[in-house]
Amino acid sequence: MRSLLVDKLAQKVAFRGGGFTFQSRRWVGFLVFVVLLLLAEWGTRSGVISPLTLPRPTDVFQTFVELYSSGLLFQHLIPSLLRLLVGAALGASLGIAVGLLIGLFSFVRAGLLPLVAAIFPIPKIALLPLFVIWFGIDEGSKYALIAFGTFTPTVVATFAAVDNVDRTLIRMGQSFGLSWVSIVRKIVLPGAMPGILAGLRISLAIAIILLVAAEMLGAEFGIGAYILEAGSLYDLERLFAGVVILSVLGVLVSAVIGAVERRLLDWRT
Amino acid sequence: MELRLSKVGHSYAGREVLRGIDLEVPQGQIVCIVGPSGCGKSTLLRMMGGLEVPAQGDVLQVGYPPEGCLNPLTFIFQDFALLPWRSVAGNVSLVLEDHPIGRAERREMVADVLARTRLTEFADALPRQLSGGMKQRVAIARALVVRPAVMLMDEPLSALDSQTRELLMDDLVNLWIRQPFTAVYVTHNLAEAVRLGHRIFVLSRRPGELREVIQLDKPLAERGYGDAELEVQQKHLWDLMRAEAAAADAELVGG
Ligand SMILES: Nc1ncnc2c1ncn2[C@@H]1O[C@H](COP(=O)(O)OP(=O)(O)OP(=O)(O)O)[C@@H](O)[C@H]1O
Ligand SMILES: [Mg+2]
Repeated sequence: MRSLLVDKLAQKVAFRGGGFTFQSRRWVGFLVFVVLLLLAEWGTRSGVISPLTLPRPTDVFQTFVELYSSGLLFQHLIPSLLRLLVGAALGASLGIAVGLLIGLFSFVRAGLLPLVAAIFPIPKIALLPLFVIWFGIDEGSKYALIAFGTFTPTVVATFAAVDNVDRTLIRMGQSFGLSWVSIVRKIVLPGAMPGILAGLRISLAIAIILLVAAEMLGAEFGIGAYILEAGSLYDLERLFAGVVILSVLGVLVSAVIGAVERRLLDWRT
Repeated sequence: MELRLSKVGHSYAGREVLRGIDLEVPQGQIVCIVGPSGCGKSTLLRMMGGLEVPAQGDVLQVGYPPEGCLNPLTFIFQDFALLPWRSVAGNVSLVLEDHPIGRAERREMVADVLARTRLTEFADALPRQLSGGMKQRVAIARALVVRPAVMLMDEPLSALDSQTRELLMDDLVNLWIRQPFTAVYVTHNLAEAVRLGHRIFVLSRRPGELREVIQLDKPLAERGYGDAELEVQQKHLWDLMRAEAAAADAELVGG
């Protein structure tokens, strides 16, 4: 009787719980790159894509190899990296500090939040001439532009992250008589860290964008200068070689933040 | 050290929450506070712990905390309030770090309290690796390590399943028997109240007023699961609260 039921009526319950979970599939991203490159190569070789619209990937690679062997690569890369490093470090650390102050003190919040809201939407590139007057045509104005551009998104991300720290944990700290400094250092800061790092991802990408803008004025060397020069000469191979360097830079920055997240936020599931 | 509340009353935004509460927490005893939802039990406890100031009346601390007490009024929270980025030992050690205690001595204190709460082998685990009952044991260890004069517990077991609740109640009873502590224990659960309380204060629905005080003389060590004598007390408590709870439940939230 029972087996009859199983034979006749029993069906496996269909699985419908798939998807919507995150799984690590690194190679997929790599594959997408490779497929796109192969498509471009095939397109330009077969004539489907005219060489005026898109340079051939192998030609771009060729240009890159020349750039490297002539030693020009590092001549462009080193000053750019330095600008990025100094500018982003300045902007991000100031941004985190101001964001913490806004998150912790209601007076500072009342005073600075409208200001931050006012300068956030300004396209910082528009202020470049002003920075040149203030900080000089040399490195100063470039640091300032990148720093200013990373500052505002970092501030917003940081104070939002501080707002999101679990209040019951802060209450707990107070109920055990922890000092204010301890509560900030051991509860608020680690609690806000996920949000701060997520904000840094965005801020640093903005910093790379602004790097090119900063090198528009009075820069002889730098990836941005290289790209702009290639662009004005309509030298698509060199333009793309420069763009690829920026992309690689972006991927590297994102990987570094990923590594920092894995180290600092290993307590999350 | 004892706690004494006299004529404590409080309102939030013109809504009276507590009215004329007189209450005493004698040394070495567990005082339970029961009452319908929203009657101000948590508010009362926060006032006892100095996290809130009563609008009327006073919360007094009578006498001095014992020698070596680092945090006289210590909370145990319903949602554990453990730092997810610190290990079990790190969470316990957190509350010692602001005191002038040497590194070695601090480690010893942490090890000792983890042994007392049977957590030694989980010292390096992170909170997310622990079950709810274990998390609350860590919170209890953290409270014990500062050698409190009075422990303030706000529904410490209500986030746990009933089996874990029984086990943790046994833990608390054993801790108390080995070294009697003073505690205020807020709960919804009448079984917990009759199991752990030396004295039970029953509050009415909002605005919370003292309805009745029940004294339980049976020693904690002799109370057990399904104790007939306690069942009688629990029934009596439920009869007291039933109408209040029903009325409180029917009220509009925020009304
Ligand atoms: N910070 C606050 N601001 C305004 N109203 C509050 C605040 N805290 C509590 N209340 C209100 O005061 C009343 C009593 O709250 P309290 O949390 O003390 O009750 P409770 O007895 O602990 O309830 P429960 O049994 O649900 O935990 C509730 O109506 C609540 O909405
Ligand atoms: Mg409550």
